[in-house]
Amino acid sequence: MGIKLTPVIAGFIPLLDSAVLVAAKEKGFAEREGIALQLIRETSWANIRDRLAVGHFDVAHMLAPMPIAASLNLTSLAVPMLAPMVLGLGGNAITVAASIWRQMADLGADLDGDPASTGVAFAKVLSARKERGESRLRFGVVHPFSGHAYELRYWLAAAGLDPDLDVEISVVPPQLMADALAAGQLDGYCVGEPWNTAAVQAGTGRIATYKQAIWPDSPEKVLGVTRKWANAQPDTLSALMRAISAAADWCAQSDHLTELAQLLAGPKYIDCSSDLCVPALGGEMKLGKNTHKSIPDFLTFSGGLRAAPSPTQGVWFFSQMVRWGQAVADPEAERQAAEIFSPEFYEAALGLGLVGEPQAIRLFDMPVV
Amino acid sequence: MPQEGVIVYLCRAAAFLRCIKNDLAHNVGMRGGLSILVIDDNKIRASIIEEGLRDAGHEKVILVHQMEGLVRQIADINPDVIVIDLENPNRDRLEHMFQVSRAVQRPIAMFVDKADSQSIEAAVDAGVSAYIVDGLKRERVKPILDMAISRFRAFSKLTQDLEDARNELADRKTIDRAKGILMKSKSLTEQEAYDLLRKTAMNQSRKIIEVAQSLVIASGLLGD
Repeated sequence: MGIKLTPVIAGFIPLLDSAVLVAAKEKGFAEREGIALQLIRETSWANIRDRLAVGHFDVAHMLAPMPIAASLNLTSLAVPMLAPMVLGLGGNAITVAASIWRQMADLGADLDGDPASTGVAFAKVLSARKERGESRLRFGVVHPFSGHAYELRYWLAAAGLDPDLDVEISVVPPQLMADALAAGQLDGYCVGEPWNTAAVQAGTGRIATYKQAIWPDSPEKVLGVTRKWANAQPDTLSALMRAISAAADWCAQSDHLTELAQLLAGPKYIDCSSDLCVPALGGEMKLGKNTHKSIPDFLTFSGGLRAAPSPTQGVWFFSQMVRWGQAVADPEAERQAAEIFSPEFYEAALGLGLVGEPQAIRLFDMPVV
Repeated sequence: MPQEGVIVYLCRAAAFLRCIKNDLAHNVGMRGGLSILVIDDNKIRASIIEEGLRDAGHEKVILVHQMEGLVRQIADINPDVIVIDLENPNRDRLEHMFQVSRAVQRPIAMFVDKADSQSIEAAVDAGVSAYIVDGLKRERVKPILDMAISRFRAFSKLTQDLEDARNELADRKTIDRAKGILMKSKSLTEQEAYDLLRKTAMNQSRKIIEVAQSLVIASGLLGD
């Protein structure tokens, strides 16, 4: 009966994992929680950060490490931020140019994208190139403070490579990656979907490995908010997280796959063919033109416990910033990183009991304890 | 073609250029050897900014419309200030370049003073961002940033005005078509057709253009 809705403005980048925000708006979950959700598409992560910082946006679809980088003053226009909820887990992949993949496959790279195997094969390709005196290969990531950057670097380092010396890593906007690969400006990249599938479908790229294999069930995008806004609008933040949680459960249901793919492919959102969205949403990936692989958790949306951030995740991201020279090791900064990923806002909003001990971080090359 | 719209646009543009000239007097004394790189796909807007900066006494203004080979260009130009539009998808690339590139000599921080939240907000509002070499004095850079902000604002107003002029023209055409349909189907004079549109709009509390649009669409559906 004319209940007044609370307006919330959210910035997003056109990627598959903006799905939970899109569904929260389009499927009425936000409205049911008393929120008039307005989504604004952005063209760069820098814009997302700046417009959140100056208050144009109340919340944003953010790369998981960004709230930490902003809070620790590692980027420009830094203001203290929080990551109170995970919007999507997994969803990224490392794609290499088709010609590089052929060399990797000849050197025994696992066709199913096992990161240890493909990493070793890639290292062999690089050493052969070095012997022939060929130039360094160039890889693209979407942002220096991103899961993409850390996954690519982790994969290279695990194969004994130095990501700063053995390859060149540059930043390219996600929607331009596949074109840059086709044009030979990049030899490979790590990006979220649908931009790996775009290169596979075009026949110019091959997925070498993917985030779910590198770091299973790891957070990719988070809900980014400034501390200031979270403190000023605790009830709105709670209501919004309940709406997103319900939307995530909706997105996770396989019988909504076609509708979700069509929704995301629309002109207001990713603006692409819905065929590009289906593989990652349905977990039925094509790693190469003729290599199909079922990866049910390739990209996960969760409205339950898995959407709760964990302090150990924050600490892991900070450790990668230190590892790659973006930040200086500092116990106080590490404590802040843990706090930014505190699950307490999410647990309180959803009335969840204590999640329990934070999960230990386990990547593909770590021994099972 | 929307001739009137174009004329309106040209008049506004002329007024706009006059306003740029006025800035000249305003900025005397701000001469300095700062080199300024303007990155903007929108060539018209870029040249408007360039003109403003030159009139303010900045000789070294370089425009770049595309990102290809930008690292090399930045190394060659070695700019003190970089102005970039917020619509540009390559902002992340640019910021990363500042972090890692050996080609860029000096560290570049965004905006001259993080504490100057008003300027920052004004810039983001206007749709422009600036990166400034570390160590430059705030007083030297602030006028450049302010000018970029006011140019961006003025440009978006200009674009909006042009859009309005186009819409106005399109509206008039639609109303003419609606009148034509009524004249034919009801054997009315032009004035009677217009009066009927207006009366209908008033009775339904709608705008004339809305009634005209419905009529044109309906008539299209019914095969005229």
